Amino acid sequence: MTINLEVPKKIAPLVNQAHQAAAEVFRPISRKYDRAEHAYPKELDTFAAVLDGMNQSGFGGGAGAAGVRRSGGDKKKPEGNVNGANLRTVLGTIEMCWGDVALLLSMPRQGLGNAAIASVANDEQLERFGNMWAAMAITEPSFGSDSAAVSTTAVLDGDEYVLNGEKIFVTAGDRADAVVVWATLDKSKGRAAIKSFVVEKTRPGITVERLEHKLGIKASDTAVIRLDNCRVPKENLLGSPEIDTKKGFAGVMETFDNTRPLVAAMAVGLARAALEETARILDEAGIEIDYDAPANTQHAAAAEYLRLEADFEAACLLTLQAAWMADNRKPNSVQASMSKAKAGRSVVDITLKCVELCGALGYSEDSLLEKWSRDSKILDIFEGTQQIQQLIIARRLLGKSSAELK
Amino acid sequence: MGRAMAVLTKISSSPVIDRIGLRKPLEKALTSSVKNGFKAVGASERVFTATKKLSKPQRLPRPADPELFDLEPTEEQQMIVETVREFAAEQLRPAAHDADAKLETPDGLLARAAELGIGAFGIPEELGGFGTERSVVTNVLVAEALAHGDLGLAVAVLAPSAVSTVLTQWGDADQQATYLPSFTGDQPPVAALALQERGALFDPRKPKARAKRTPSGYELTGVKALVPRAADGELFVVSADLEGRGGALFVVEASTTGVSVKPDPAMGLRGAATGLLELDAVKLPANALIGGGDPKVLQETVRLSRLAWCALAAGTGRAVLDYVIPYVNERKAFGEPISHRQGVAFMVSDIAIELESLRLVTLRAASRAERGKPYAREVALARKLAADKGMWIGSAGVQLLGGHGYVKEHPVERWYRDLRAAGLMEGAVLA
Repeated sequence: MTINLEVPKKIAPLVNQAHQAAAEVFRPISRKYDRAEHAYPKELDTFAAVLDGMNQSGFGGGAGAAGVRRSGGDKKKPEGNVNGANLRTVLGTIEMCWGDVALLLSMPRQGLGNAAIASVANDEQLERFGNMWAAMAITEPSFGSDSAAVSTTAVLDGDEYVLNGEKIFVTAGDRADAVVVWATLDKSKGRAAIKSFVVEKTRPGITVERLEHKLGIKASDTAVIRLDNCRVPKENLLGSPEIDTKKGFAGVMETFDNTRPLVAAMAVGLARAALEETARILDEAGIEIDYDAPANTQHAAAAEYLRLEADFEAACLLTLQAAWMADNRKPNSVQASMSKAKAGRSVVDITLKCVELCGALGYSEDSLLEKWSRDSKILDIFEGTQQIQQLIIARRLLGKSSAELK
Repeated sequence: MGRAMAVLTKISSSPVIDRIGLRKPLEKALTSSVKNGFKAVGASERVFTATKKLSKPQRLPRPADPELFDLEPTEEQQMIVETVREFAAEQLRPAAHDADAKLETPDGLLARAAELGIGAFGIPEELGGFGTERSVVTNVLVAEALAHGDLGLAVAVLAPSAVSTVLTQWGDADQQATYLPSFTGDQPPVAALALQERGALFDPRKPKARAKRTPSGYELTGVKALVPRAADGELFVVSADLEGRGGALFVVEASTTGVSVKPDPAMGLRGAATGLLELDAVKLPANALIGGGDPKVLQETVRLSRLAWCALAAGTGRAVLDYVIPYVNERKAFGEPISHRQGVAFMVSDIAIELESLRLVTLRAASRAERGKPYAREVALARKLAADKGMWIGSAGVQLLGGHGYVKEHPVERWYRDLRAAGLMEGAVLA
């Protein structure tokens, strides 16, 4: 017990490794796959194998989504201060996204579906799905943020659920082995009836309709998925099959407390990349950043840089806080949303401002700055938009229900 | 001037001002504007002498290096913060309005703070304090907790500690023995760390105040601004450029010839009764120079001072958040609480997000400072957030209360004025 906001020594080797990978594997192919949208980044296969080895060798969830498992059978509050899987995972994610966000999203077996499985699957399910690459399918054409409006249906028929509906914006939906699908057991029962199902891509009735063309993160495929009488064993339902109206939505929403800091971490890594590159370019232009001189006595570009860096620092520490709280089993919904909100809006501001500061060079495809300022925008949108995070935080602080504060 | 006098004469001859009871206040205002010059500092009887000799300066050791990332304060820190928070709620918040209006720190507030040990825990045991280690984090937590009560009064309470901390950190044995024991008693001296000067784009590393060497010591000339409780000051630590070799710190006793003060009422910090401190060829002995005049001492002092201002901004920012939450829940418009509107609710979210941001960045800077790691960058970033987001929080607080936020019935307008200081102040407080 003593306040310390530095990366602990024992995690430093992992951070170092993730950084090496980002520099040596992601950066060299970053522009290539930005230009070749929908092409499969085959370089990642070899790397994913190495990463699997790293994860098994005790580093545990260094760079992907699988590290956010909370319960693991042992529900007891840990003794003393824990720097565990959540902190390791956000730190690894920051480094990898310093390399390339889209490529991290395309890492085999590191999808957000894997995070969902890791957070809520039982041991038997973890055994079956743990080694799969799982995408996450929540959004439908008729809704985005209002995830209670799920209209994809799941009907129990014997020992199987029959799923019907259309899912959009499924990250890695084409490349993944399985998709975690949100569907309702009974539309009339509202949120409580929404459950998540692991649907292996090999099952009949699940098809990838098309891939989206996007503003950024082009290396990551974004699929439209159709479920047409797709049957899955009832053991593929994650969590409890009971429709508990008292507990409501809490079960499925819990995943977000773990995944939002991950998206915040992506934003932090990307923001750092842009800041480092901009500092280098400014330095070449003879602009020095002096941390001891008052900001207003410095070149306007330096003062602006300080403002951006301050937002970056804040986003980073909010993210580490949310992850640390998860490691220590402290309720962290508000902090998770704070990290996502701050990191999401800061990364967009930072990357766009870096392009502006670097002028024509920043805007040109010869530098990665313009790419980063396209990639960044999604980070203020997926896993809950800026506005959704603000709603969550406000409701909690003000003690308001979703009916009162809409 | 002549025309103003003419207008005043006209006004004062009008019977209206007697009828509405304005005569007395008007006369008082006029008197104080006539006495507007600098004058010698108030009648301090205190004589600073060393009662015992120290063989070497006493420094506080650094706390042990933690291994893990941790946001939990130590048990001791939690206890201290709880006590200080209570003190702030009972002694600072209720006194804040009047202190602000009267431009004075309430009688006895410093003595009560001394009873609490706010000054003594940063002073080594050998000098009568009960400090066992130098914890920048603890100082940050204390400043934050005090500012939750009131920022101006927090500055008044913490100002003497800024001086004692400078002496504990960089004073020599003689300076420590002469001054520090008085800070641990129940009547600690009114002391202030005076770095600030007027003038746009002031850089505290390059003070305009000048110090030149004389056969017997130094001679200081210059003017320092926004010095807490300057009029009652007994002891100052002042920055001045040492013959072009960079900024240095000097101990200046208020009773020295050539030291004079004048009120410097400002937008905020009014409970701290800020003043201008004028040094007119003030002759100081050779042992007035702190830390051998090494510019790094001033550099370090500036950083730690900015850090304390960040902590104060975080404390007052928290006061804003705690105040607006019940307000927007209770205030109704169009048939329901205004907190049911996203335009209002999102502002509350943003206050919380930016406040937590400022707090974490400040804490990181503090924890690095106390471990002897480089922390200039972290302080600069915290400072930027205090200047930008801290002020925004103050502004949002007033905005959320609307017209009610603009009147003195609610404290948010005072917090607005006080928070402006956090992004520009140098000196006065120290973490």
